[in-house]
Amino acid sequence: MENRINQLFKEKPNNILSVYFTAGFPQLNETEEIIVELEKSGADLIEIGIPFSDPVADGPTIQKSSDKALKNGMSIKLLFEQLKDIRQKVKLPLVLMGYFNNVLQYGVEDFCRKANEIGIDGIILPDLPLEVYENEYRPFFEQNNLRNIFLITPQTSEARIRKIDDLSNGFIYMVSSSSTTGAKSNVTEQQEAYFKRIQEMNLKNPRLVGFGISNNTTFVNSCRYSHGAIVGSAFIKALSEEGSISQNVKKFIDLIHSSEENN
Amino acid sequence: MSYHVDQNGYYGRFGGAFIPEMMYPNVDGLRNRYLEIIESEEFRKEYTDLLRDYVGRPSPLYYSNRLSEQYGAQIYLKREDLNHTGSHKINNTVGQILLAKRLGKKRIIAETGAGQHGVATATVCAREGLQCIVYMGALDVSRQAPNVEKMKMLGAEVRPVYSGNQTLKDATNEAIRDWINNPEDTHYIIGSVVGPHPYPDMVARFQAVISEEMRQQLKEKTGSELPNAVIACVGGGSNAAGAFYHFLDDEEVKLIAVEAAGKGVDTDESAATTALGKTGVLHGSKSLLMQTEDGQVIEPYSISAGLDYPGIGPMHANLYETGRAKFMSVTDEETLEAAYNLTEKEGIIPALESAHALAALEKLKFGPDEVVVVNISGRGDKDMETYLKHFRAKQ
Repeated sequence: MENRINQLFKEKPNNILSVYFTAGFPQLNETEEIIVELEKSGADLIEIGIPFSDPVADGPTIQKSSDKALKNGMSIKLLFEQLKDIRQKVKLPLVLMGYFNNVLQYGVEDFCRKANEIGIDGIILPDLPLEVYENEYRPFFEQNNLRNIFLITPQTSEARIRKIDDLSNGFIYMVSSSSTTGAKSNVTEQQEAYFKRIQEMNLKNPRLVGFGISNNTTFVNSCRYSHGAIVGSAFIKALSEEGSISQNVKKFIDLIHSSEENN
Repeated sequence: MSYHVDQNGYYGRFGGAFIPEMMYPNVDGLRNRYLEIIESEEFRKEYTDLLRDYVGRPSPLYYSNRLSEQYGAQIYLKREDLNHTGSHKINNTVGQILLAKRLGKKRIIAETGAGQHGVATATVCAREGLQCIVYMGALDVSRQAPNVEKMKMLGAEVRPVYSGNQTLKDATNEAIRDWINNPEDTHYIIGSVVGPHPYPDMVARFQAVISEEMRQQLKEKTGSELPNAVIACVGGGSNAAGAFYHFLDDEEVKLIAVEAAGKGVDTDESAATTALGKTGVLHGSKSLLMQTEDGQVIEPYSISAGLDYPGIGPMHANLYETGRAKFMSVTDEETLEAAYNLTEKEGIIPALESAHALAALEKLKFGPDEVVVVNISGRGDKDMETYLKHFRAKQ
């Protein structure tokens, strides 16, 4: 079967909304419900965060959600257990995102096999360097039909972007500015220049913009130069609010999709 | 066998640069340039001159009559405690600030546990007139007050870190986040032989002055450059890396690394990584790490804030795995005893970190002619409160 990430970009080349949340947050057993509600509300792709005790690439919001999720008792083993029937409930592409140490302890090969069994389509491990992926782990990903998603930033050199593009077969995660997650909230002129520069490189892989996307304006601006955008911290905040999961998810997705709410 | 770093930044199977892409340009820039810069004649001269005139090197190699008598061996103390700012940490910060200047960086960040590295960084930043921000766990800020005041007086901004357990590991996370958010003008002065390549190698090279001097001083004092054993404490492992560096390939020299057992390796309060850790990735390198089965990092504990780090540097992990160095651990209690003993016998109050190395003497056996060097990595001023509290309790 074709990888759902590739399928998605074929069917919907623009304005893709990818949503990140931390598994096990706000409550331990809400992972599946959040995924189902996200699909219902109109998200296009979901990134399920595996909480880590030391998430250096994340800002305070995601750090706190990871901390809470770990206190709730989340682990990779439990997450896989919670997701075992997920493909009977949702169709959209699912990506697991986490830090390398947790995956290393689970066993990289076992992790990839299990992810495939469940119906996961891609993996994002920001601290797994591309050289290490290429030399040690690539076959495990490929044998299991998993797309490994790499990050690029405004500081990534053109040569390195080309290399990442060569090694990728899903999408490229374009970090909007050099920052941890949730740090900045406006799309600046400088960022637009970066988005444009990357757009003009005509990469073979589609690109989603992440970090600092929190409302309709930032979403729309980011989509102008890419295939879509990723929201994380802003969604975690929305999940923390009063109300049911379904209300909070719907309200948030509507906010991203509707310019009126933002004006 | 080589115990040095290979061209990809590995010591055996440990090391590497497991960093998010956001850190890549900075780390890569450093990796590409550090050797060329620090091996240049101009750099060597400036560095050596500063070590001599500013730091006060060479630090003495002191023959301890009374410890020699007590333990039945020829015991020498390498006096890093006599360095400017009170510990070996200054060797590395002097080196890295000169490097940062040549890389055109204007802003310096650092992490600190006990505060020794923070003070050493604040000191060299003051001297160079560079902005300095030191991340320190909020718990450490409260238990290392004198060092916090020193850093402030030296013009550094101390940022307390409230995430995690509010100690060294969390301060390191926050410094990494700062670097990610400031990729262009900032240099991160890591204080130990941890972090992504090239940090472990770079810091080891700056600390290698310790063993370089030991060899010369031993030659003068004993006629041979080689001792029978070198003993040093290991948290991340920077003073041990420096004390071992020039002996790594002399297999006849026993290298003894002493970790903090805290309240005991069989309790939940320990920092003895080789006893309790397994292979993992933290702060950018693959090494030995105290962690749960699921790969979550376990908070370490030691009476010494400078040793409560959940891992060791990759060079040490390799020395442990290959058996080149012998790793052992001593408890808080044994450490305090060793500190009081040195104070009473030699009038030297060691840092709690260094007292771990001294405590190992109780557990080792040497012949009467064997030459043993103990690295006294720092002085105990910062630990007075802990010492006095336990001293009073004892009486």
